[in-house]
Amino acid sequence: MTSTEIETKDTAIPTRRVTVTVNGEKRAADVEPRLLLAHLLRQGLGLTGTHVGCDTTNCGACTVLYDGAPVKSCTMLAVQADGHEVTTVEGLGTPSELDPVQEGFVAEHGLQCGFCTPGMMLAARALLDRNPDPTEDDIRWGLSGNLCRCTGYQNIVKAVLWAADKERTGDPDS
Amino acid sequence: MYPSRFRYEAPRSLDEALALLAEHGDEAKILAGGQSLVPMMKLRFAAPGVLVDINGIAGLGFHEETAGGGLRVGALCRHVDLEHSTVLPGAQPTMAAAAPLVADPIVRTRGTLVGSLCHADPQGDWASVMLALGGSVVAVSPRGRRTIPVGEFVVGTFQNALEHDEIVVEAVVPAAQGARAGSYLKLERRVGDFATAGVAMALESVGGQILRAGIALTGVGPATIAATEAAEALVGASLDPDVIDRAAELAAAAARPRTDHRGSADYKRHVVATFVRRMLTAERAPAGAAA
Ligand SMILES: Cc1cc2nc3c(=O)[nH]c(=O)nc-3n(C[C@H](O)[C@H](O)[C@H](O)COP(=O)(O)OP(=O)(O)OC[C@H]3O[C@@H](n4cnc5c(N)ncnc54)[C@H](O)[C@@H]3O)c2cc1C
Ligand code: FES
Ligand code: FES
Repeated sequence: MTSTEIETKDTAIPTRRVTVTVNGEKRAADVEPRLLLAHLLRQGLGLTGTHVGCDTTNCGACTVLYDGAPVKSCTMLAVQADGHEVTTVEGLGTPSELDPVQEGFVAEHGLQCGFCTPGMMLAARALLDRNPDPTEDDIRWGLSGNLCRCTGYQNIVKAVLWAADKERTGDPDS
Repeated sequence: MYPSRFRYEAPRSLDEALALLAEHGDEAKILAGGQSLVPMMKLRFAAPGVLVDINGIAGLGFHEETAGGGLRVGALCRHVDLEHSTVLPGAQPTMAAAAPLVADPIVRTRGTLVGSLCHADPQGDWASVMLALGGSVVAVSPRGRRTIPVGEFVVGTFQNALEHDEIVVEAVVPAAQGARAGSYLKLERRVGDFATAGVAMALESVGGQILRAGIALTGVGPATIAATEAAEALVGASLDPDVIDRAAELAAAAARPRTDHRGSADYKRHVVATFVRRMLTAERAPAGAAA
């Protein structure tokens, strides 16, 4: 288990030790209560795949899985992750074995600048876990908490359909 | 953006949470889904000295039917639980219609119905739904339990009727008189936005005769509005076109919208009337027939 000290200003408010299972690995950190989960992941644990876009709970770029469910990590406190499991984009797949959602984004060109992509993929992962055979509408609806400024969404929807096909049939081009 | 500094407490029981509130008075705030409170704290619109996180308290995540078509919704029942509920479809048409329209899918993972009622945002969808259904909240404090009708609980913009040492443990929908019908319609600029205008409709009827009606309006006033006269116009009536028109007019008259970036006051009033007409016309048409 690795442990991280997050820098805190001197204050009467004590830091808290939290232990979070991040991408399957137990990580410990001493955090100020007001530290946001997004910042624990990015600054504390160096997992910069989690992006902070709007910082106002609107864009979903910071989406991670919290005990398997998609949450906006800019709107949760790091202390709330104590004893819980968090999956970031770094834990979605490995370079040699991508998650089908990641493969779908490659195959269907589901990104342009890529800023929204980590959050988009984790939201898509959660969507497919709940509904393995989504319609295009289900996907648009399910990803409606994640904004993309570049793609116009068309290829993102295709990417998720691709992943769903692959997971159900093994053949995304069927 | 960081919230200002606060102490964080994560009680494991309701008694512990109540003790923390009693100890810290108006310095303390409850953290439920955090989907309104955390953004407010980041913007420094709220700066509680102590945050009492109730997410670790077991037994509050439920929602369940009670005898006669009532419903209890625990303080940690999330929007997403209601969206995917197997209890609501059929039994609670107004709630089932509203659940997928609250915020966006990621916010719905965390946000709670009870938290939404407590937040008392005039644009909150659940307050209208619960008001139309004649619902209430159950608050607990060291002095005991009390039940507060939603109409008395939401006292103003972002203001509820709780004392500092009270926690809402559940929201309750009373049993229906006869069969339930109704819906929730919301106009939003884009998916996930707050309502430009929303209307909750809840009807209870026997043999085509309406015994109880509730209509409440979202986003068209300084607080959630009960369109009482519009609802009363439906009681004892059958849904003839003139009755429907009358209810639509009365509901629009009850709205107190302001012109803002979501639309003009007149436009919002028009939307309210249209929604009322649309929902009542749909109830009137036999299932499957064109309205
Ligand atoms: C981008 C975005 C879009 C949104 N869109 C909508 C929308 O379209 N419609 C809508 O209705 N809402 C919307 N919301 C708000 C969302 O529904 C919140 O989940 C809800 O308003 C508050 O519920 P919560 O559980 O998150 O409460 P919290 O944020 O945890 O708490 C809100 C307030 O209630 C108090 N509180 C919470 N629970 C209790 C309790 N059990 N007892 C006493 N006090 C309590 C807290 O102290 C706080 O003051 C949106 C939010 C975001 C971020
Ligand atoms: S950065 Fe969290 S929702 Fe935009
Ligand atoms: S690819 Fe640029 S924001 Fe989505």
